[in-house]
Amino acid sequence: MTEERMNGAALIIRALQDQGVDTIFGYPGGAVLPIYDEIFKQNQLRHILARQEGGAVHSAEGYARSTGKVGVVLVTSGPGATNAVTGLTDALMDSIPIVCFTGQVPTHLIGNDAFQEADTTGITRPCTKHNYLIKSPDDVARVVHEAFQVATSGRPGPVVIDVPKDVQFGEGTYVPPTSVRHRSYNPQTEPSPGKVDEALSMLAAAKKPIFYVGGGVINAGPAASETLTKLVHATGYPCTQTLMGLGAFPGSDPLSLGMLGMHGMYEANLAMHQSDLIVCVGARFDDRVTGRLDAFAPNAKKIHIDIDPSSINKNVRVDLAIIGDCGIVLDQLLDGWKAKKLKADGAALADWWKSINTWRERKCLNYIQGKDIIKPQYALQRLQAHLDKDPREAFITTEVGQHQMWAAQYLKFEKPNRWMTSGGLGTMGYGLPAAIGVQIAHPDALVVDVSGEASFLMNMQEMSCAAQYKVPIKVFILNNEWMGMVRQWQELLHGGRYAESYTASLPDFVKLAECFGWTGLRATTPGELDDVIAKMIATDGPVIADICIAKDENCFPMIPSGAAHCDMLLGPSDENQSSVSSDGMVLV
Amino acid sequence: MQSQTIERHTLSLLVDNEPGVLARVIGLFSGRGYNIESLTVAEVNPAEHISRIIVVTSGTPMIIEQIKAQLDRLVPVHSVNDLTAEGPFVARELAMVKVVGKGETRVEALRIADVFRARPVDSTIESFVFEITGSGEKVDAFIDLMRPLGMTDVARTGSLAIARGR
Ligand SMILES: Cc1ncc(C[n+]2csc(CCOP(=O)(O)OP(=O)(O)O)c2C)c(N)n1
Ligand SMILES: [Mg+2]
Repeated sequence: MTEERMNGAALIIRALQDQGVDTIFGYPGGAVLPIYDEIFKQNQLRHILARQEGGAVHSAEGYARSTGKVGVVLVTSGPGATNAVTGLTDALMDSIPIVCFTGQVPTHLIGNDAFQEADTTGITRPCTKHNYLIKSPDDVARVVHEAFQVATSGRPGPVVIDVPKDVQFGEGTYVPPTSVRHRSYNPQTEPSPGKVDEALSMLAAAKKPIFYVGGGVINAGPAASETLTKLVHATGYPCTQTLMGLGAFPGSDPLSLGMLGMHGMYEANLAMHQSDLIVCVGARFDDRVTGRLDAFAPNAKKIHIDIDPSSINKNVRVDLAIIGDCGIVLDQLLDGWKAKKLKADGAALADWWKSINTWRERKCLNYIQGKDIIKPQYALQRLQAHLDKDPREAFITTEVGQHQMWAAQYLKFEKPNRWMTSGGLGTMGYGLPAAIGVQIAHPDALVVDVSGEASFLMNMQEMSCAAQYKVPIKVFILNNEWMGMVRQWQELLHGGRYAESYTASLPDFVKLAECFGWTGLRATTPGELDDVIAKMIATDGPVIADICIAKDENCFPMIPSGAAHCDMLLGPSDENQSSVSSDGMVLV
Repeated sequence: MQSQTIERHTLSLLVDNEPGVLARVIGLFSGRGYNIESLTVAEVNPAEHISRIIVVTSGTPMIIEQIKAQLDRLVPVHSVNDLTAEGPFVARELAMVKVVGKGETRVEALRIADVFRARPVDSTIESFVFEITGSGEKVDAFIDLMRPLGMTDVARTGSLAIARGR
C-alpha cells in the first residue's frame, strides 16, 4: 500500500470523511485558516457557519442528539476556543458526543502569550471527556480517529483536539480509522455474569416497583428504548422518566408516569417515594431528581444500570449495580424475564396501580385558562395539538427556565432523540442553536424551539445562521417578560424581592424576526393562539411566534430545594404553607 | 446507613506518560474536592511510556469508591489499584535532611542517623545531608530528632507502595 502524505489540515478533513462526517459547525479565524482552505477545496463535508462559537457547539449538540452521531465543531484559537467552553461543558454534563477542533498558535510560540493564544487544553481539561494537543502532523489522523472512539464509547462526551497552525501546514502520513484503537481506553459494555439474574429475581419479587429511566437509554440507541418499552410492558410496572430521558419510553403509554423530580409529576414522585424497588436505567440519581437525599425512597431497594461506574453509589447507595450498556443489559433482562417465565405479583401490582391511580386523580398539571390571558400550559397543549395533526416528525428543543419545565410537562414524547434540552448545565441560549443543528440533520422535520424571552436573547445572533441556510425552525417564545424561573424562586425564597429578574427593554420580537428575514407572529389572547400556531407551522422559513403569556404564572408541581418527594407544592394555594428549610435555601 | 468514618487509602495507578496526565489526575482531585495527602510519579515502563502514580488519599468509603471510579474513567489511566483494600502492601518514603552544626551536636546527629540507618550522602566540615528511607512515621521521627540538632532543610517524597507477595 502506498503511503498517503498530505498536510495536517488535509489529514483532518480526510479523517473526518472516513469517519462518515457530513456536517461541521464552526467559525473561522487565523489559527484555523489552513483547515478552512481544505474545506473550501472539497464537497463532501458541509460547513455551517454559526455566528458565535458557543452557538456552533450547541448546534453540533442538537445535531448529535437528534441523530445519535458525533457532532463536529471547528473554531479558532484563543477567543474561539474560550467561547466554545460553555457548549463543551453542556455536552459533558449531558453526555453528548462532540469532537471539537480548536486552532492553536504554532508550536514554537505556545507559552509565549502570542496573539490569540489560550491554554486551550488547560481550560478545557475539566469540561471535556478528553482532550489532545497535536504536536506533529504524523499524529493527526490517529488522534482524530481516537477522538471519535473516545467521544462515542462508554459514556459519550465532548473531546477537544487542539491543532497548532504549523501542524496544519506540515506534512504527515494518513492512517485509516480501522488501524486506530486507544490502547487502554475500553469501557465495559457487557454486564458481569450473574448480575442480570439477580436483577430478575428482585424484579419478580417486588410489590411496588418502578422503572426510573434517563438519558443513558437514549444514548444507547433507539433499539434500547424499544427493548425498555417491551420490558416495561412484560412486567406491567410503572415507568417514570428524567428530563433527559423523555422519549425513552412513550409518554402516552398508560404505564408512563411522566417526568419525575423537582418539577415532575405528583404520581411519579410519590411512586418513587413509596416504591419498594427502583430500577434505574441510564439515569444518575441527580439532585433535581432525588430531592432531600436522606428522605429519598426510604423503603426501596435500588438497581442501577449504567455504563459509567462513577455514576454508581455517587449520591445514593444502591443494592445492585449493573455496569454495562443499557441496550445490552435491557436485552438480557427482557430475554431472562421471558425465558424464566417470570411474572409480576398480580395482586400486589393491582394494589400498587390503585395507589398510583389515586395520585393521578390529583391531576397535578391542572391549571385554569381564563378568557383574556394566555396561560403557558395552554399554549403548549395547543402547540402539541397542532404538532399531532402535522404529518412531519416533530423535534423539540428548549431554552432554560419555566418554559423548559412546562414543555417537559405538557408536550408528549413518544420516541427517543426528539427532545433536546440542556439538562445538566441548564444553559440559557441552548435551544435556538440546537434547533438549527437538529433541522440541518432533519431538513424535512418540524423543529420547534420552546423558548423564553430572556433565554432567546442569549444566542439570538444565530438567527442570522438560520436565515443563511434557510433552516425553517420555529421559535415559540413563551414571553412572560420575566426571567420567570428566577422570579419564581425569588417569590418562594426571597420574600418577593424581584432583584434584576424583570426583562426590561425587550425588543419587538415580530420586528426582530423580520429584520433577520424571518417571519414574526404574535398572539396576545387565547383566541389568537391557534391561528398563530397554525401559521407558524405552515410558514416555510424560520419563524418567531411571540406568545405573550401570563406574567406571574409559576411552574408546578414543585419540590422546593431540600424537601422530600412527598413534600410537593401542587399549586399556588400550597405556596403560602411552604417553608423552605435553611438547609434547602443554600441549594441551587 | 453509610459509614461516615474517614479512611486513608493508598492508590496505585498506571497511566500513559503523556503531557497533561498529571494535571488530569490532580485536577480531578481539586475539581471534586477530594484530598491528596501525598503523590509520587515516575515512568516505570519507558518502552511503552507508562508511569506509575501512587496517591495517598482520605475520605469516607463512598468517597474513596468515587475517587477510584473517577480515576478509572480518565482516558489515559490504564488501571487503578487500591492497595489498602486489596491486601498487605509495603510503603516507603524517602527524605533528605540537611543538618548544620559543629562539635557535640554534629556527633549526636551522626549517632542518631546511624540508629535510623540514615546515610550521609553529602558532608562538609559544618554540615551533613542524610538520606533516610522508611515508613512515614519513621521519617517523621527522624526529622523530629534532627530539628534541635541544627536541621536547616528537608526534602521528602510522598509514599511509594507496592503489594506484598506475588
Ligand atoms: C447562561 C445562564 N445564565 C443564567 C441562568 C439562570 N437562569 C435560570 S432560568 C433563568 C431565567 C430564564 O428566563 P426566560 O428565558 O425568560 O424563561 P422563563 O423562566 O421566563 O420561562 C435564569 C436567568 C442560566 N440557567 N443560564
Ligand atoms: Mg421569561
